[in-house]
Amino acid sequence: MAAPITLHLEFGGGAELLFEGVKDHQVTLPSQSQPWDMKQLLVWIRANMLKERPELFVQGDTVRPGILVLINDADWELMGELTYELQDRDTVVFISTLHGG
Amino acid sequence: MCQVDEEYSEQLEKRTVPSVSQNCVKCKDGSAVLIIRAGDAFCRCCFKEYFVHKFRAMLGKNRVIFPGEKVLLAVSGGPASSAMLSQVQEGLSRDAPKKLRFIPGILHIDEGGACGQSLEERERSTAQLEAIFRATGYPFHTVPLEQVFELPSSVLEAAASAPQRPDGSYKAAVDQFLQSAKARGSSSPGEGGPDGDPAVREAQVRLSRLETRDAPNGPARLGLGRSEDLGRLLSSVRTLTAKEDMLQTLRHHLMVHTARTHGYSKVMMGDSCSRLAVKLLSNIAQGRGATLATDTGFSDPRYGDVVIIRPMRDYSSKEIAFYNKMFGVPSVFVPGLDTKASDKASIPLLTESFVTKLQTDFPPPSAPSTGPVRSYARSTLKQKKPLPSTPRWCLRGCLRSGSLGRPGRPSAGGAAPRGPAGRGLWSRRGHLLLLPHVSLGCGAPAPPDLRSLLCYSCRLTVKDMSAVDTLPPYIVSEAEHRSHRLRMKQEISEFLLDEEEEDDDDEEAA
Repeated sequence: MAAPITLHLEFGGGAELLFEGVKDHQVTLPSQSQPWDMKQLLVWIRANMLKERPELFVQGDTVRPGILVLINDADWELMGELTYELQDRDTVVFISTLHGG
Repeated sequence: MCQVDEEYSEQLEKRTVPSVSQNCVKCKDGSAVLIIRAGDAFCRCCFKEYFVHKFRAMLGKNRVIFPGEKVLLAVSGGPASSAMLSQVQEGLSRDAPKKLRFIPGILHIDEGGACGQSLEERERSTAQLEAIFRATGYPFHTVPLEQVFELPSSVLEAAASAPQRPDGSYKAAVDQFLQSAKARGSSSPGEGGPDGDPAVREAQVRLSRLETRDAPNGPARLGLGRSEDLGRLLSSVRTLTAKEDMLQTLRHHLMVHTARTHGYSKVMMGDSCSRLAVKLLSNIAQGRGATLATDTGFSDPRYGDVVIIRPMRDYSSKEIAFYNKMFGVPSVFVPGLDTKASDKASIPLLTESFVTKLQTDFPPPSAPSTGPVRSYARSTLKQKKPLPSTPRWCLRGCLRSGSLGRPGRPSAGGAAPRGPAGRGLWSRRGHLLLLPHVSLGCGAPAPPDLRSLLCYSCRLTVKDMSAVDTLPPYIVSEAEHRSHRLRMKQEISEFLLDEEEEDDDDEEAA
């Protein structure tokens, strides 16, 4: 049983528009049997945070192509992408590089 | 190799995922923070160095900006143009021998009116941007898009380009510039460049304090009529593809006009390599293949006296986003026409989604510097400059207008038009011979049929408009002017010698 973890989420490059224009979010993920990974975080964001047009943020089980993800200021490609196990007080940044956000 | 039931899926699915502990490929020491291309992980310091070097290498390699030249930076507030601004600042502030030596100014076009933003929203984003511009100390111009309704029709005429300078002259110009700088700054050695002269420096400081706004009242108090005109124009355009195309055309005209009125000879745009890859494909899809080279190349000389250059064309949007995030480059997100639109809403959006998906699903496996985006962007370099095959006038100015002369010959670095493509339409001497779709009506002047005057792609855009009279007056009046000339030419055509034949005769005689 993993304890609940607190994360700092940031959205930029236009992605914030899907979250009511708010860039910074402090969220607490509830405790669950397995540790939280990025894949579950995306499911959680989609269910709890996305206000509109989820397909503009999540496609399949990953982020929409063109949205960059940084975990603790590093490229998530270095951290194992969807399999990265989230730690308490991690910072996850989503930046849209698509035209028009 | 060529069996029918060959199994590729295993090979295709296998992707090496770099581990967390990967070190920087450059210094082998620092821990990597981002992967630029597959296998190339960079640490923070090396990435910065790589990014800064690439900008100056791009300008150094192309040698189109001469020392002391006035250059207008077109900054929309988005990530790429903001990164470009920060690179110019970086390049101008350095004391290194490779310091940039041009005189920058900033242009921001406020397109809020076209994208349905309220006045408060527009004022807010403009104020944010102006705060960024003021911090750079460069003179800046904020121009609302509504100003296109006040442009003179001369915008569409490509002015004669500056005489092409021979290849060796760049070095000579730099040497001369350095010498004169040294002579001026002899009392304070070590200070190169124009900053060395206290009078110049003082003038620059004063210039930077000067707030230049082309609309003296700002967008908020801009005549309501103009906003309505713009609204009418865009609402008469039925599709998003045509709307984006129209907006881009108007933006270009406004940029060129602003550069001309303020004496800038170059305009820098922040198109990234990802953006250019999208532009390349979507322009082909929209029938703009003839001008691909100028639309996507490093320099775009079609306006003659004002050359558009794209120094960010080697950066992918990922590199730019990471750089801005890591080094705190301020940028302002301004929603555009395509914000929150689905990826099937317009041709450019669909192309963008195609290209980004391709890049994500098929990242370069082992070849270091490839990948779909880079390959597309590279292929833009191989484009030849347009052939004089279309005798039509393009709203983007792909043909020299007014003079009925030959279409714009590239003035900087590029293959000259060649081949027999234009034969029959253009004589050897470059005069227009055949004018298709010209009405011969000699009664009261009918409203010009705009479509017949335009290039294929611009025609498609105009076709998507419900009313052509909503176009800005400078376009309408130029169209009238042109159709008059065409008609006149047609009327006297009987009395003109057929130059083509004459040329052929000459050749035979020789």
